[in-house]
Amino acid sequence: MNFKSTIGLEVHFELKTKSKIFSPSPVTYGAEQNTETNVIDWAMPGTLPMVNKNVYRLGIMVAIATHAHILPTTHFDRKNYFYPDNPKAYQITQFFQPLARDGYIEVEVRGKKKRIGIHEMHIEEDAGKNTHGTNGFSYVDLNRQGVPLLEVVSEPDMEDPEEAYAYLEKLRKIVQFTGASDVKMEEGSMRVDTNISIRPAGQKELGTKVEMKNLNSFDHVRRSLAYEEKRQEQVLLAGGHIQLSTRRFDEATGKTVLERVKEGASDYRYFPEPDIAPDHISQEWIDQIAKELPKSPFDRYDDYVNKFGLKPYDANVLLQTKESSDFFDAAVAAGADPTLAANWMNTQVNGYLNDHRVSLNDIKLTPEHLAEMIKLIKDGTISSKIAKKVFAETIANGTDPKKYVEDNGMVQLSDTSVLAPMVKKVVDDNPQSVEDFKNGKDRAIGFLVGQIMKQTRGKANPKMVNKLLNQELQSR
Amino acid sequence: MEITKDTIKHVATLSRLAFNEEELDKFTDQMGSIINMADQLSEVDTEGVEETVQVVDRDTVFREDKPEHWQGQNRETLMANVPEKANGYIKVPVIINKDEDE
Repeated sequence: MNFKSTIGLEVHFELKTKSKIFSPSPVTYGAEQNTETNVIDWAMPGTLPMVNKNVYRLGIMVAIATHAHILPTTHFDRKNYFYPDNPKAYQITQFFQPLARDGYIEVEVRGKKKRIGIHEMHIEEDAGKNTHGTNGFSYVDLNRQGVPLLEVVSEPDMEDPEEAYAYLEKLRKIVQFTGASDVKMEEGSMRVDTNISIRPAGQKELGTKVEMKNLNSFDHVRRSLAYEEKRQEQVLLAGGHIQLSTRRFDEATGKTVLERVKEGASDYRYFPEPDIAPDHISQEWIDQIAKELPKSPFDRYDDYVNKFGLKPYDANVLLQTKESSDFFDAAVAAGADPTLAANWMNTQVNGYLNDHRVSLNDIKLTPEHLAEMIKLIKDGTISSKIAKKVFAETIANGTDPKKYVEDNGMVQLSDTSVLAPMVKKVVDDNPQSVEDFKNGKDRAIGFLVGQIMKQTRGKANPKMVNKLLNQELQSR
Repeated sequence: MEITKDTIKHVATLSRLAFNEEELDKFTDQMGSIINMADQLSEVDTEGVEETVQVVDRDTVFREDKPEHWQGQNRETLMANVPEKANGYIKVPVIINKDEDE
């Protein structure tokens, strides 16, 4: 019997705000346990939640970038559950009137384009973090309680693990370039839950779905879905039935393991949050956010390859993060030659970042520095050999390249009136080289260039010296 | 809507509560009367009436994204009512259930 899979994904993004969604508690990564949480996060009597405007703004950005329809009126709801990661015993989320509905993104799998629908997206609060001890206890840190999340719920439009993978990659890239989230799975700023059911080919009605939560890499998503397809098939073929349940992926064995039998939606007893007034989202605000929306990675790619003539590979390296793409764009805007700028970014700058384990935000090199240095190379002021020295100085200390070059006498020597007499002298002093040159030994020129470089401490323009030497030798 | 003993048992499980038989009978009765009283509202014809989710006379109340430590806050005050703690964490009975089903 052949089976068909139906896959839907729920992706949570931590939105990049400075404070929590309903309280002014700071949001930082890695703060000491239970120091960035307050009485509002815990819903102590007498406190009231108040919505962080920036959470809506970032959510609207993603909604626009995924072609979703933003609801003019939304409100928050309570999702009731008892679990130690949330001292309120409810999560404030948007259940009845979410931020946006009916979006889509386009993916390409095995050369075929496919549109994957987005059912809805809503903003909500994150729960605290549990650490499970081995001594029969768990330890709860509520710093994450109240961190803003955007949950993007796809339509069950995916039919195999590869499509799910492609959808995730595309969605991640889109969100990353809005700047709304860090989208780092390893730090938990992007989290993926999957729903998968299978049904015999030809059957219309969907099978019972199994949910897998908190998968921490795209690869785990793909592997756990592939495992579930097989497992459910075996259960059905053996005459069993699938239980509506939550499972988790076990990295060590590559298997999925039953975690709990799922509570139905009605068990969460959703009701409108009485502590927060409904929100009206004006078209003016949406238009304004749309205007401020950073350029999409796809438009940027188009510019890089078609406008600037970069190789697709180089364009993709630049587009690995929004930061590097922004840095490159700023360097080009400051007058840098795009091809040279891309080369410097992808080799020297990335090399430095990897060696020092830092990010673009941590270094002292600015896009303007890079542009200035590239201009100095292009107009022949410095050689590319000298440029590496200038680069090392600027990226480490933030020294202005032009000033550094001038202060240290690194300007390339291209003046014929200075170089010509030197060339004449070096040829006079080395009669053997003239002989060698006449006998067709090209090495002779290399030796003489070396002599000039030595005398000028590497500052002579090599092209110019070559040209002058050739002229001089031929005239003898 | 009929409130049965099973309804009460189910809601109790969701709330992590345990009742004895006597309590179950009592709550089944009480909850039944409460729900039935509230149910009278369903007799009102609400055809075409928009659902009310809030009765306060304002909407769209936002705050700016400015981080702030709660004034005078320290972890000890916040965690004063936490029954068991360890090294700044809230200590609870182990949460995860590792049921292997195959």
